[in-house]
Amino acid sequence: MAVCIAVIAKENYPLYIRSVPSQNELKFHYTVHTSLDVVEEKVSAVGKSIGDQRELYLGLLYPTEDYKVYGYVTNSKVKFVIVVDSSNTSLRDNEIRSMFRKLHNSFTDVMCNPFYNPGDPIQSKAFNGIVSGMMVQTG
Amino acid sequence: RLRVLFPLVPIFYAFLCLFILGAGDQGLFTSLYTSLAQQLPREPMEWRRTYGRAPKMIHLEANFVQFKEELLPKEGNKALLTFPFLHIYWTDCCDTETYKSSVKEDMMRWQNTLRSHSSADWVIIVVESNETKKKNKPNILPRSSIVDKIRSDFCNKQNDRCVVLSDPLKDSSRSLESWNALLLKLRTLLLMSFTKNLGRFEDDMRTLREKRTQPGWSFCEYFMVQEELAFVFEMLQQFEDALVQYDELDALFTQYVLNFGAGDTANWLGSFCAPVRNWSGLLLRRPIDMEKRDSIQRGEASLLDLRSYLFSRQCTLLIFLQRPWEVTQRALELLHNCVQELRLLEVSVIDGALDCWVFLSCLEVLHRIEGCCDPAQLAANCSHTVGLWAYATDKLKCLGELCGLVSKNGPTSEDLNRTVDLLAGLGDERPETGEFGLFLFYFFEPHFRFLHHLHMFLFLYFDFFSIGRLRSARLVGKSLAEFYMRKGDPVRAEPFMKEALKSYESEGWRLPVTHTRRQIAECQKLLGRTEDYLRTSALLAGDVNLSTEERKHFCQEILSFAGRSGNPSHKVSLCMNVFAQLTRLQFRPATASVHSGAVLQVELTLRCLMPVPVCIQQLAASIHFDVDHGGTHGRSKGATRQTNQGTIEFKPGTSSAGPNSSTTAGPTLEMDEIQDRSPSDNSLSSVGVVCKNTHLIIRRRENGSPPETPNCVSPPTVAMKEGGQMLKVQNVKLEPGNNSITFTAPPGTYTLRQLCATVGEVQFVLSPIYPSVRYEVYSQEPQLTVEPLSEPLLAGMPQLVKFTLLTGHYTVKKGDALQLSNTETMPILPSSSCTATLSIQSSEKVTSISLPPTLPYQVLEFQLEVLCIIPSGSERPANERLTNGEVRHRPHKDFRNKCYVHTMSIDCPWSIYSTLLALTFYIPFKTKHSLLSSGNRKYIQVCVQNVSDMNFTLTDMKLTEKQHSSLELQSLNTKTNQLLCSKHSVFCLWEVRWKDDLPSCLQCVFSANFCPLNQDASAFKPFHYQFQLERVTTLYSVRAEILPPPGEQHCRSGLVCGLEVCITRLTEPSEGEIAEDSKTDTDGLKNAKLMYEVADSSSNWAVCGKSSGMVLMPLKANATHKVQIEVMPLFAGHLPFPKIKVLKYLPHNAAAAIQPDPDSCVENDSLSLLDKTLDDQADTASIRSRGSIHSVGSSDQQQKGVAMPRLEPFSPGQVFNNSHSQQVLVLPTTDDHIMEVNAT
Repeated sequence: MAVCIAVIAKENYPLYIRSVPSQNELKFHYTVHTSLDVVEEKVSAVGKSIGDQRELYLGLLYPTEDYKVYGYVTNSKVKFVIVVDSSNTSLRDNEIRSMFRKLHNSFTDVMCNPFYNPGDPIQSKAFNGIVSGMMVQTG
Repeated sequence: RLRVLFPLVPIFYAFLCLFILGAGDQGLFTSLYTSLAQQLPREPMEWRRTYGRAPKMIHLEANFVQFKEELLPKEGNKALLTFPFLHIYWTDCCDTETYKSSVKEDMMRWQNTLRSHSSADWVIIVVESNETKKKNKPNILPRSSIVDKIRSDFCNKQNDRCVVLSDPLKDSSRSLESWNALLLKLRTLLLMSFTKNLGRFEDDMRTLREKRTQPGWSFCEYFMVQEELAFVFEMLQQFEDALVQYDELDALFTQYVLNFGAGDTANWLGSFCAPVRNWSGLLLRRPIDMEKRDSIQRGEASLLDLRSYLFSRQCTLLIFLQRPWEVTQRALELLHNCVQELRLLEVSVIDGALDCWVFLSCLEVLHRIEGCCDPAQLAANCSHTVGLWAYATDKLKCLGELCGLVSKNGPTSEDLNRTVDLLAGLGDERPETGEFGLFLFYFFEPHFRFLHHLHMFLFLYFDFFSIGRLRSARLVGKSLAEFYMRKGDPVRAEPFMKEALKSYESEGWRLPVTHTRRQIAECQKLLGRTEDYLRTSALLAGDVNLSTEERKHFCQEILSFAGRSGNPSHKVSLCMNVFAQLTRLQFRPATASVHSGAVLQVELTLRCLMPVPVCIQQLAASIHFDVDHGGTHGRSKGATRQTNQGTIEFKPGTSSAGPNSSTTAGPTLEMDEIQDRSPSDNSLSSVGVVCKNTHLIIRRRENGSPPETPNCVSPPTVAMKEGGQMLKVQNVKLEPGNNSITFTAPPGTYTLRQLCATVGEVQFVLSPIYPSVRYEVYSQEPQLTVEPLSEPLLAGMPQLVKFTLLTGHYTVKKGDALQLSNTETMPILPSSSCTATLSIQSSEKVTSISLPPTLPYQVLEFQLEVLCIIPSGSERPANERLTNGEVRHRPHKDFRNKCYVHTMSIDCPWSIYSTLLALTFYIPFKTKHSLLSSGNRKYIQVCVQNVSDMNFTLTDMKLTEKQHSSLELQSLNTKTNQLLCSKHSVFCLWEVRWKDDLPSCLQCVFSANFCPLNQDASAFKPFHYQFQLERVTTLYSVRAEILPPPGEQHCRSGLVCGLEVCITRLTEPSEGEIAEDSKTDTDGLKNAKLMYEVADSSSNWAVCGKSSGMVLMPLKANATHKVQIEVMPLFAGHLPFPKIKVLKYLPHNAAAAIQPDPDSCVENDSLSLLDKTLDDQADTASIRSRGSIHSVGSSDQQQKGVAMPRLEPFSPGQVFNNSHSQQVLVLPTTDDHIMEVNAT
């Protein structure tokens, strides 16, 4: 499924970023960081047309030869980015959406934790577990 | 709007219409076709579609071709483009005969042929003209009859299949009408036929598609069928529908590939799995790439061929639809997809072939888009093209790497072989594809590669910038920098890297930061920027994201630089935070404030981030002298300031950021207490806490920056501030992790500013420590305080006084002594309670106290016994002056506190100045006196009240008169020793006896000895009280008598009775009195005017009639005056007599100068009799001068202001009232039923 999952704060610094251990972590960092450009583009484009009811799911941010990068922005401007291997063609848009929803729910749980200081890197085990579930071995 | 470069090239012109020219004017018919073909598409027709698809307006074009048998479609031929949609039979026959003989037969034959091909779309056109009519005038037949005949022969149910065209070459309205009718008919029929045939075609196509699971089904065949449909739509300018056909094909193919991936292999896919031999890229400039189409048709196309062809068609249609940006988007998807598909299908491709294909394809698409757009449009939509640019760049980079073009040494032979292979796959150089292939060809030439590469990168870089994708742009910039680095051009590489690094730092992405920083380090090393390189190295050495080996390497870089012997004056300053972090600062002792004798240690905890232990030659903490706190000796201040028990924890990040950290952490809360008090009684009704800066705290921070992490952000460059004092520690070894370093603080009040670690040539400087930390090592002057051991000090008794000496910085040496100036009134008593270490020597003037040798900052305490002698009344010591000019003794009389303040002058060995200390002594007693009379006899009462908390024994109470020796004061006191408890009083009484005359003024001194209870007799101290009594002699006696009403034995309430007042002069007038009063006398007799007044203050009596009056008393002994006054008792019982006042009456011209204070004789405090100061002497003066008329200014004024007769009371003792406190029995009235009982 996903090869990299990242949560990025409103101020665009990573709250959580985890990638498949077998691959170059740095590359994913660059990829996710670059994808923020497209996230910003999409958010600002949407913001112009409809004010209040914004779709959180941004869809495919951009494809590369190897990966597909999907984006999701919460109302508090926290960004979720999921990178999926391009060869994984069986993955449907709906599945990506549900992954984001799951991620969002888990993130909300993290934020609800009174011991979590908003803005700190996420170290929640539960959240990690959810992410691990989405990052099944891709071979 | 799109600028379409090439003209719309229709490949398929129109519907095919076959026609047969029947008998008649052939030339006429031929001329009609041209105008028919022209006019047919002029008017649109509404095309109603099957399957609920929306109707469309279409223009129909037709291609008219003469009928041939072979043009008719054969059985099973599904071609739609070559399908004859309409058959037309032309005739201008108007002759029945001709019709019957030949035309009908011809028509029949034609019809049969059509029927055999199951074509039901035909029409017969009968052309009529006047000329033909004229020609056939003789044998007149109704002209309709031919048409009718045809209709009846052929159109048995479809009358509309036969159309009459009349006079087509004429301009009459009739001919125009018939022409239009014909056009409409043709359009309708054509459309009908088309709809019918299209529906059939679509059905067939669907059937074919449904068969795709069957073996032997070929995608290529199906492809051709559906494409035919697309062509038809394209012909009808229904590009949207045409595109749908291609998209469906695309999706179908994709699905097959995916199924293949899932293990479901279709046979026909085999041809697509053939190894890729050609990678010349997409070809988009021709509307249809017939070559590829043919190969598809033949089933020989490779996957790339099919994809290329499909995309070229889609691209063409999209451009017709004016959607060029969709082209770019689809192109990117296609390219990604193709790469994936080839991988999925396990098609063998030589290395780099796909890169070539993708690269060329990208350029082809971009070129195609550029070809149909304005530059302005392109610039505005570069967000769409940028992906392609990036992809192309990426691929070019891959190719460059693959073929060894970017390596410094140039390509190897293996690389060259690969290059040749790749070039071979670019295919034959067709004019259309040649351009980019050639470009790529040149790209592989060593001389061109960098130029192109560079150009592409730069182009992309700025493209990204212009669309605001800064992050992508910086990433590209970084790879550009990498490229420059490879080229060996670090100068140009550095700005790009820095730009990228700044971006990552500002957004807090650690891994990219580390990576970029490492690249920068390399770059800086090449550039020889030592300082920058060291700074970066330091950051990297402490970077946990790097491997230990790398960190060690960078650490070693610093150390090896530090070890180099360079220019000693120039040291490289680096920020310490990257090297070590100050985590804790601890003071010992915790108050961070000690006197200069003690040791104040500052312990720093530094967390060293280096991977290996580092030897620091010197660690210095610069300190800043605080002027404003320097001289205050602020011990208490310092102690209260350090509320954190001398330990300051520095959170990582805050110390580095300095004042900036407060902005990231947000403003601090400013809290205030509010108290709401009720306005009436000022009682507290509510208390609260209010935050004053909520607007700052609650404000939403939009532009927040990420939390700064020590390794993420480049530290600000700091310079060690020169000058100032330093705390230094030499040769420290900092181990990785926490290290503890201790400094000893020099005296003074200092703020810690900076920290600096020196390793050879390198200095690590910590920016100003925040929050600011202050310590104080103070120097204290010796201090001597003298305070009473117990409050209050009592005068007249030995009292213990505590001396406290804080030695401060002064060392008390042997032989040092305190010199106390002696005073007579306050001698220092040699006391047994003094500590043995002290030796006290008293001389006449000075008491010397030798101090024991004491170290600085010690406290020396001892007690001395002092005595404040209460001066006897007679003494009035003159102010004495000391040799040094100070007033040595100035006891200050305080009336309110009844105390003496003695000032002690002490000479201390550490100072040339004398220390003046004030001690306040309180007199334990309060003394009152009063004069009592009984007729002529006089008594003096003295009341001594103990105001202290101690109990005393009073003894030897004596009263003496100083002036009159004849006077005898006989004590009526029984006890000689009197116990006087705290807050109690003792009364003593003396009778005054005199022989000749009682003097009018008595100067008395009361003296007694006192000592605290239960002490031996030696402890007794004298106590004096001096007072003065004036006008002591009794002048008049007043006697009153109540006379019951006549006939009554007792007075009765409510009845008037008489009051007889008898005033008797007792003594001969004294000289003073005569002098005083005789002047006022008008006649020769010496009389005194007296005023009497009966007043009853207790409302027992009602005075009837005159209550007061004046009597003239002769100044002669035993002169008597009686006054009768009527009074009425108001109550029954023993009533006290009404009060009778006798006053001196002074006529208006008499000088009633001084009213003696009635209290002055009755009560006087002891102090008035004691040592009188200058202030008091004014009082005494006024008393002394009371004999004179014009005494002082104030009374003079008073006299002038009041020229009225005045009354003056007598002094107590001058008038003796015999009937004072006498009572008389008053009976109630007999008829009084109500008895009033007054119980109080």
